[in-house]
Amino acid sequence: MTELKDLATKCSPNWCPGCGNIAIWGAFKNAAVQKGWDNTNTAIVAGIGCHGHIVNFIRFTSFEGLHGRAIPVATGIKLANSRLNVFTFTGDGDCLAEGGNHFIHACRRNHNINVFIHDNAIYALTTGQTSPTSPHGFKTKSTPYGNPDYPINPVALAIASGATFVARAYAGDIQGTAELMIKANEHQGISILDILQPCVTFNKEADHTFYQKNIYKIDSSHDVTNKEAAFKKALEWGEKQIPIGIFYETSELTHESKIPQISDVPLIDNNPERKDLTQLFEEFV
Amino acid sequence: MEIIPYSIKVGGQAGQGIKSAGQILAKVATRSGYNISTYTEFPSIIRGGHNVTQVVIGEAEVTSPIRKCDLLLALNQDTIDRHKDELTDKGTIIFNSEGRIDTSKVKKAVNLSPIPLTKFASEVGSNELLENTVIVGAALAMVGGDLSILTDLLKAEYGSKGDDVVEANKKAASLGFNYAKSEYSKNIKKVLFKKGNPEKKMMLNGCEAVGLGAIAGGLQFAAIYPMSPITNILHVLAKYQERFGFVYKQPEDEISAVNMAIGAAYAGARSLTTTSGGGFCLMSEGYGLAGITETPIVIVDGMRPGPATGLPTWSGQGDLQFLLHAHQGEFPRIVLAAGDIKESFDLTMKALNLAEKYQTPVVVLIDKNICDGDQSYPLFDISKFALDRGKLTHEKKENYKRYEYTDDGISVRSIPGFGNYFIANSDEHDEEGFSTDESDIAIAQQKKRMRKLGICEKEDMEKPVLYGPENADATVVSWGSNKASILTAIANFPNVNFLHITWMNPFPADEVKRILSKAKYLIDVECNFTGQLAGLITEKTGIMILDKYLKYDGRPFFPEEISDKLKSVLNI
Repeated sequence: MTELKDLATKCSPNWCPGCGNIAIWGAFKNAAVQKGWDNTNTAIVAGIGCHGHIVNFIRFTSFEGLHGRAIPVATGIKLANSRLNVFTFTGDGDCLAEGGNHFIHACRRNHNINVFIHDNAIYALTTGQTSPTSPHGFKTKSTPYGNPDYPINPVALAIASGATFVARAYAGDIQGTAELMIKANEHQGISILDILQPCVTFNKEADHTFYQKNIYKIDSSHDVTNKEAAFKKALEWGEKQIPIGIFYETSELTHESKIPQISDVPLIDNNPERKDLTQLFEEFV
Repeated sequence: MEIIPYSIKVGGQAGQGIKSAGQILAKVATRSGYNISTYTEFPSIIRGGHNVTQVVIGEAEVTSPIRKCDLLLALNQDTIDRHKDELTDKGTIIFNSEGRIDTSKVKKAVNLSPIPLTKFASEVGSNELLENTVIVGAALAMVGGDLSILTDLLKAEYGSKGDDVVEANKKAASLGFNYAKSEYSKNIKKVLFKKGNPEKKMMLNGCEAVGLGAIAGGLQFAAIYPMSPITNILHVLAKYQERFGFVYKQPEDEISAVNMAIGAAYAGARSLTTTSGGGFCLMSEGYGLAGITETPIVIVDGMRPGPATGLPTWSGQGDLQFLLHAHQGEFPRIVLAAGDIKESFDLTMKALNLAEKYQTPVVVLIDKNICDGDQSYPLFDISKFALDRGKLTHEKKENYKRYEYTDDGISVRSIPGFGNYFIANSDEHDEEGFSTDESDIAIAQQKKRMRKLGICEKEDMEKPVLYGPENADATVVSWGSNKASILTAIANFPNVNFLHITWMNPFPADEVKRILSKAKYLIDVECNFTGQLAGLITEKTGIMILDKYLKYDGRPFFPEEISDKLKSVLNI
């Protein structure tokens, strides 16, 4: 059983007071306690950005990789040890700019991993430049006259790329975020959770007040198995029109379950010792 | 054998099955009890262009392509125009008598052996590739070979395509064989007469050798993006993964390939990726990530010439200094370079051990000549190889520290899922893996990582091999696939020796210095523009090599060229 105190490390979070990362961190710890995730069954991976510091503040065996490359590392971990719950923490710049290619391909392959996007619509660790999810016209240090580009919609992109579980959370709703994290992990296949994460220092537009005013929870009238309805829902964005919850969920075979050599036991349980290869060599005679 | 070594060239357009025709002849030769090596030249296209495969046959080990051609199988006019001057006197050209082939420029001493390829092929089936089988049958007759060995091979080769296809090919081979045997009997050479109980030999190319070396070395995970000249490595691994219980995954790009391999290695799987120089550019960031996180991975780089796309289907040795220096900052890297197909097998197998022992990236350099050339070998003996997983643990440890300071710089390596807490961190980190920018920790961790190279130098680094006499009038220094041609050439120079270097980092500086200091005349032979090995030797030993014999057009050194060079420096 995991208790909250088991998850503390010697480091205290160094995020800004009020940062959405603190809420995401809290939500993940709550989910871990609730579901008994610990170092015998779980590994976490982070990219680079403010979100990536999370590995220092939570006592989970983890890998902090390179900017944009969290997903391929997580994929490798899952293929090597399919017994593990694999959680990938990534940012909007990390996942959708530098790592965009990995994101769409991981979605279409349906690896049984979880991808949590800390989506603050800004590059914060580099002190405030536009990101792939920043709105059009958004003024930042790199777009002083307003962002000329239009944002990527991570939810719509995930659905289009073939992800089998696509959801959105608001970091300030810690309980709701934890619940979606749990559902993401229970889903067999790739789970994309876009977490709206206010950056209190560099993104004054999308702050807690903005989200609290404009989000609404997707209700049971939405059919999560209907891809067209999911797309339609994904395209909603505006005043009182930001849906939170599960947009799309479908049941497909996971990538790992389709590989016979790991469908029963994790790869690392297969003995790599190969003493006699005579028969193999004979095939080249 | 009447002529040693004997050289057959098969030429035609891409898509005509040139390479497979050469390989079938090579396999007939090995099954008849001879040694072979093959060399293929082709452009980066699937149809058209000029393709040629050479099969060199010998009694003893054959390692390199040679310039001369004893038997030319010309599937088009272009092949005759390009290769007519390489034909030996009394050499033979087999070509299609119905192909309107002009042989007027071929020297008179060459035997012309036209065969009605189209007629024979259409008699047995409708596939134009059957012309290939006819010409292979005819070639076999001209070298005195055994038709039943060929028909057995055709059965194995085409068995999966159905009995009709097998029968058509067998008939096509017989038609060519019998026609050549009766029409050109006076020109038949006794080259491939079947030996009693020939030793069982494999025919392998370098890509297959890397794949087999990885399997023998306990590979558990490979992620490889296709690229010439290493694509055949992934074909081998993809084919055998289920049988041997490892996983091959095709990723979306080389960045993903190296990061997947790192993720799998972090989780406890022996992991490998392979690429060519252009793909390695993308892998560079993962190279250093493996270094600082101390994650064991093997990267096999198959070199081809030029920056960017360069000469994509040719061979080069321009990546040595790149692999020695790629990635920002500094980290311990082990860089090995194979000189032939067998060394590719051995070094790949060994690299998987070294990576886990030293918990750091290990590179194996090969080049296109090694990747695509075939050579015959007795079945490899792997009985002396034992898996070394280094300080990997599957146990829960008290007060576990992933990056604990140790005398040898190597810490106990736990993997996720066994209860030990740690962070594999791309940031500089303390012993548990927590991010830090403290000066004393940064220094201690960097020293700890770099210490591993010194241990590797003492415990695992191998001395370079000196071929030929200890004292010589001229000493050739080289690496990679040049080994083959140099060995062939110096066999005729009793006063020349050759230093073949395979360990690039750590570098056997003392031994190289000892040998090269004694040299009366030094020649550096490399397939690049700047003499990258010569530069490394100067950096590590202070010895300058003034005579650099360099090629950078994608072609291999031929033994004839090395001989000419040696004659000129020795004033012979």
